[in-house]
Amino acid sequence: MRKSPVDIDKQNAVVRIRGLYKSFDTLDVLMGMDLDLYKGENIVVLGRSGSGKSVLIKLIAGLLKPDKGTIRVAGEEVDRLSPKELQELRLKIGFLYQGSALYDSMTVRENLEFPLVRNSPPLTRKERDAAVYEVLENVGLAQSIDKMPAELSGGQKKRVGIARTLILHPDIMLYDEPTAGLDPITSSDIITLINEVQQKYQTSSVIITHDLTCAKATGDRLALITDGKFSREGSFEEVFRTGDTEAKKFYDYNFIIDP
Amino acid sequence: MPSTPHKYTFYNRLRTSFLADIYNVCRFILRFFAEVFRPPYEFRETVKQCYNVGYKSFALVSLTGFITGMVFTNQSRPSLAEFGATSWLPGLISIAIVRALAPLITSLIVAGKVGSNIGAELGSMKVTEQIEAMEVSATNPFKFLVVSRVVATTLMNPLLVCYMGFIGLLGAYVNVHQHENTSFAAFFQHGFSSISFLDIFASIIKALIYGFTISITGCYQGYNAIKGTQGVGKAANVAVVVSMFLIFIEEMIIVQVVNQFR
Ligand SMILES: Nc1ncnc2c1ncn2[C@@H]1O[C@H](COP(=O)(O)OP(=O)(O)OP(=O)(O)O)[C@@H](O)[C@H]1O
Ligand SMILES: [Mg+2]
Repeated sequence: MRKSPVDIDKQNAVVRIRGLYKSFDTLDVLMGMDLDLYKGENIVVLGRSGSGKSVLIKLIAGLLKPDKGTIRVAGEEVDRLSPKELQELRLKIGFLYQGSALYDSMTVRENLEFPLVRNSPPLTRKERDAAVYEVLENVGLAQSIDKMPAELSGGQKKRVGIARTLILHPDIMLYDEPTAGLDPITSSDIITLINEVQQKYQTSSVIITHDLTCAKATGDRLALITDGKFSREGSFEEVFRTGDTEAKKFYDYNFIIDP
Repeated sequence: MPSTPHKYTFYNRLRTSFLADIYNVCRFILRFFAEVFRPPYEFRETVKQCYNVGYKSFALVSLTGFITGMVFTNQSRPSLAEFGATSWLPGLISIAIVRALAPLITSLIVAGKVGSNIGAELGSMKVTEQIEAMEVSATNPFKFLVVSRVVATTLMNPLLVCYMGFIGLLGAYVNVHQHENTSFAAFFQHGFSSISFLDIFASIIKALIYGFTISITGCYQGYNAIKGTQGVGKAANVAVVVSMFLIFIEEMIIVQVVNQFR
């Protein structure tokens, strides 16, 4: 799985994080984090369980408030926005949850229509159906349109989750462990999908993963969280061809087996 | 720098749990009133929830109403018979059912069926991050989930109460007819002449208040459920227990207030 070259606009940071701090009660999670996500770029965020990866993207989406520091998304400072402005900004953000978070009382079709009927200018039934089919086709699940989420496998749920975020054509995608718990073939389908999304819609993405195959195949740049900060950052080679012990442990676990 | 954990004193517990809860509940209720009148309205979802509330409790309300009417009549007969006053039965029963039994029993059933359901449903949506997912798809989950359910339950509860009152009286009539051979017309004429407009009005107000209590409690518990499947079970359970408790407290207060008007 080699990645085809992409256009990255290094002048244009769609997400810019400076000096970000976040703690819960007595637990300090993020401690002085800086990050730039450029237009058209996929950045992979690595880090141990509990290191605050999910917290980081929730902060980007404005679901949590930072204790200190600034987060600018598409030029706007997220925690200064009014609820209405935040809602508008969120239309530009797609969020894939670690557990997919499909609405389990609704069919796949209703799940996909949910953001559509509420946010776009009124569409006709036909236009809505067309939009739903298009994204489902993109994730290869057109035949599951009338199923309930409970009838889908974990991988199918992830794909519907991606479809649901794609339906509003977001500029920024936040993927929380897109391949976790999936078989290698489904994982590689999802990796392909993530790259297609980047190419087709010129999105910028933050991809959280523990799966280094996914990291290498989707990431234009990698960043490793240790102790609430990015300790290493750069290409796959730059991050892992170093003496950094944390990075080495990650690498060793993922590629321990020589076929 | 991790700060020292809170000392486990009574005062700290009060401050962090009980008072904080009251503060949060008040904020939740205020948020409801702030959002209920603000467009866009979730009409479809509200209608769907109305249907849900009615559909879920209809059978149980019918059955319980009928049995309550019948049994209550049967149990009251001996004490009236002592004074040879069984002809007062229709009036007595009507007052009991309309003033007290219908609103109370219906609301307890709705708390058990609908309140627990709201708690569990929102609780599981909360712990599986569906509520947050609505927020990131730029929808207001509070409006979609909470406002629709609270409005639906608050509006449907009075309907169910009226319905139960009617079914209860029907049950009472069957019993009275068996024993005293009273006619349908005579029973209801006597019954209705004993109840006043204030009785009906007060019962409908009660039903509205109890419906609101049940649904807002269920929503609050579900919306604030903590992670894990335990959180969901707890939300459903606490929703029922707390709303039943509150219903009795409110009953006590409302009866006092209504008596001022009699
Ligand atoms: N809403 C919250 N309230 C309290 N603590 C939280 C909250 N969200 C996250 N945490 C804590 O913050 C820490 C980081 O959580 P986070 O979910 O970001 O980890 P993660 O890096 O995504 O881990 P994983 O790889 O397992 O998903 C955890 O210790 C977690 O307990
Ligand atoms: Mg996570």
